[in-house]
Amino acid sequence: MKDKLHKWLFTLPVTIYSILLILLPLVYIFIISFFKSDSYGGMITTFTLSNYIQLFDMVYMRIFMQSIIIALVVTFICILIAYPFVLAITHKNARIQKILITLVMVPFLTNSLIRMYGFVVLLRKSGVVNTFLLGLGLTNNPLKLMYNNLGIIIGMVYTLLPFMILPLYSSVSSINKSLLEAACDLGANKRKTFFRVILPFTKPALFNGSLMVFTPALGYFFIVDVLGGGKIMILGNLIKNQFLTARNWPFGASISVFLLLITFIIIGIYRKTGGKLEDLG
Amino acid sequence: MKRVIVRLEDFGKSFFKKEVIKHINLDIYENEFITLLGSSGCGKTTILRSISGLDKPTTGKVYIDEVDVTDMDPTKREVNTIFQNYALFPLMTVYDNIAFGLRMKKVDEEEIKTRVNEMLELVHLTGYEKRFPRELSGGEAQRVSLARGLINRPKVLLLDEPLSALDLKLRKEMQIELKRLQRKLKITFIYVTHDQDEALSMSNRIAVVRGGKIEQVGTPSYVYDHPSTLYVATFVGEANVFDAEVKKINKEKKLLYLGDNFVSKYSKNKYSEGDKVKVVIRPENIKISRTLKKENSLKGVVDELIYDGSNTKLMVDVDGMIVKVLVFGNDHSYEVGDKLYLYWDNVDMNVFGEKDER
Amino acid sequence: MKNNKVLDNIWLTLVFIFLFLPIAILIIFSFNKSRLNIMFTGFTLDWYKELFNNSVLLEALINTLIVAVISTVISTVIGTISAYGLKKYDFKGKKLINELLYIPIVIPEIVLGISLLCIYSFMKLELGMFSLILSHIAFSIPFVIINVNSAIESMSANLEEAAADLGASKFKTFFHVVLPSLMPGIVSGAGLAFTLSLDDVVISYFTAGPDSNTLPLQIFSMIKSGVTPDVNALITVLLLMIFTGIFIYMSISLRRIKREGV
Repeated sequence: MKDKLHKWLFTLPVTIYSILLILLPLVYIFIISFFKSDSYGGMITTFTLSNYIQLFDMVYMRIFMQSIIIALVVTFICILIAYPFVLAITHKNARIQKILITLVMVPFLTNSLIRMYGFVVLLRKSGVVNTFLLGLGLTNNPLKLMYNNLGIIIGMVYTLLPFMILPLYSSVSSINKSLLEAACDLGANKRKTFFRVILPFTKPALFNGSLMVFTPALGYFFIVDVLGGGKIMILGNLIKNQFLTARNWPFGASISVFLLLITFIIIGIYRKTGGKLEDLG
Repeated sequence: MKRVIVRLEDFGKSFFKKEVIKHINLDIYENEFITLLGSSGCGKTTILRSISGLDKPTTGKVYIDEVDVTDMDPTKREVNTIFQNYALFPLMTVYDNIAFGLRMKKVDEEEIKTRVNEMLELVHLTGYEKRFPRELSGGEAQRVSLARGLINRPKVLLLDEPLSALDLKLRKEMQIELKRLQRKLKITFIYVTHDQDEALSMSNRIAVVRGGKIEQVGTPSYVYDHPSTLYVATFVGEANVFDAEVKKINKEKKLLYLGDNFVSKYSKNKYSEGDKVKVVIRPENIKISRTLKKENSLKGVVDELIYDGSNTKLMVDVDGMIVKVLVFGNDHSYEVGDKLYLYWDNVDMNVFGEKDER
Repeated sequence: MKNNKVLDNIWLTLVFIFLFLPIAILIIFSFNKSRLNIMFTGFTLDWYKELFNNSVLLEALINTLIVAVISTVISTVIGTISAYGLKKYDFKGKKLINELLYIPIVIPEIVLGISLLCIYSFMKLELGMFSLILSHIAFSIPFVIINVNSAIESMSANLEEAAADLGASKFKTFFHVVLPSLMPGIVSGAGLAFTLSLDDVVISYFTAGPDSNTLPLQIFSMIKSGVTPDVNALITVLLLMIFTGIFIYMSISLRRIKREGV
């Protein structure tokens, strides 16, 4: 009797939670993506595929492409920054490693919007960077650092960099030191050691990090709003607009389902290649 | 007749429809040190866990002190377990670890204090109260876990390979320690191990477990001298195993051939002519001579001599088979390459027919 | 293996400058006389004074902290219980639940945000503090579970059995033995939940109501209309609080590293 109570107490909350706050909302989104919207922002509960057909409109296709390209570029830059950074950290002793990794986390304890605002102060036409460059005479005209793709990419790289650094770090730091010494001992130079030992070992972490960078990069509308200047749109903006401005929920839902589909395909590939979901935390 | 403290009746256990324990019956007596001996995966730990209640048997019944405890919760059984990895609570001090069982019984703190101190004294750890498990050596940790298990004054103490994580020297010390504790406290110890030396040196009785069955139960010397099966003979102690054939039968005596060479008289009626049998002889029961003896003797060549300080082991090549012979001390004159004859007494010979084996 | 220390250090420095620049600049300008965040023209504490008169901003800050604290406490409790329950018990649909738990972690936040918005509207739940806190709990629980899980994995296998063997009931075992052992995982899970809650923009954007204006939402609307320097002061105060927390955490964990000689 008491055992039953124990079991219920420890399994019921998670059951309710995962059904009510994860499964149900997603199923609901899926369902309304087949509804029709009326002109007052409501929904008509009839089955239609028109929302999905609308997705293939050139206007939207262009936004999808742009979104994916930005996300890819951001992912790539994150890898380029994070890899040497993580290797450099692991060359330090344990105490310094701990300090540095915590330092990486520190900026992310403040809200991401606050940091984006910091970038606005830095990057805008009359911002700190331009004032600095003009003052030094390095440039005659202020550089256009934001309200364009550059600004968006800077903001996203900044926001998502730790999601690349942290898994990479835990992977690289778990490489057995003697493995690297063995590689050295067997005559591998640094480049070979990297490509033959370190890179293959950290591949899962690299994929994991890329996933954690790529998917949010498709949705971070506020970075685009703040640093993109309102002209550029990614999937996130499109969804937000459909739900809050255009109030066409069914169409917004169908874009969300599309975005989910992309995510699940990537995760499917990840798991097929032997990745574990546990490592994605 | 001694009082039965644990009784397993037709006890069986299956995991995922695979039968791990096959209908065991076993009586364990008051105040004895019994060892369940077997290789890993034979089911000895499963037997132990059913007595402690951590696993429930699939069939049969478990009695502790005449009470049917088959469905009783482990928390209510008057048995305690010593785990292989000690299982000390990492965030509690030695004192709190040992006091845990009494606190669960809501014994008052004054009494807990006296009893914990008693226990610490018993396991020679007085002064260790405030230490944490991570500050203990393996031997100390095992002593703490013993104190923690014994403080409840259980009717039976179950020990699941408690010494396997210790190094050889410490293990020998702890063996003596355990034996001392058991004698002093007069509690039944049920000890699980795969180490036959441990089993032989510590136990009042040994139960050899194999494939979920008990192959033989008996005192160490009886199991050693009169193994009931070939498996027991080879698992408990060292043994030379010869292939042999029953050749000729008189009224009372049969002649046993080891290969083509030698004939030995054998007088049990179990086998008939033509039966293939295994003959098992302990190394210390084989005698050596430079001259041919009348019966039970084989001719061989010394292949290797291993002297360990108290005994010398001769590896003797008999027609390509290496026979181990144990000689006390260094009291012999043989060198590698010497020819010699091996012989033995009939009583030291154990014969197992092939059909006896599973 | 020899490593190029100079290159290492240059790269570390550059990345850290990149990481800290946007925050440093806000801290510096919080002491700036000029209203414009362009040049440092002189030291002042005026913006801090102004901050304490800016009720909108202060209310947003308080809301943010309320949401973070409540959602952290609840998601830590539920997450810890759930991690343990999912490890210990088998039941129908457990596999599905294990899969579902990864969804909030891997899907884009915006999808979670709008799907919660939709379900709230479907259930006629008015947007406000409650819906906001519920949403933060929704995305925090899986992170807590993952953290607690790794603590469960590293817990010595027989501890619970040893406790049962010594007469502890299941509840007693959980509170006396399991919970203390899991504490490091629970604390880091709670820390993560708290951080995620403070950092969140996207989900709050969709699930907050008029009475639950939080700091990020307030700043979001201000960026469009113009940010006053007392926001800089607010951010500096917030950072000071966070740094103190981190400093305490760091000195504890560094001492542990030293002691255990890892």
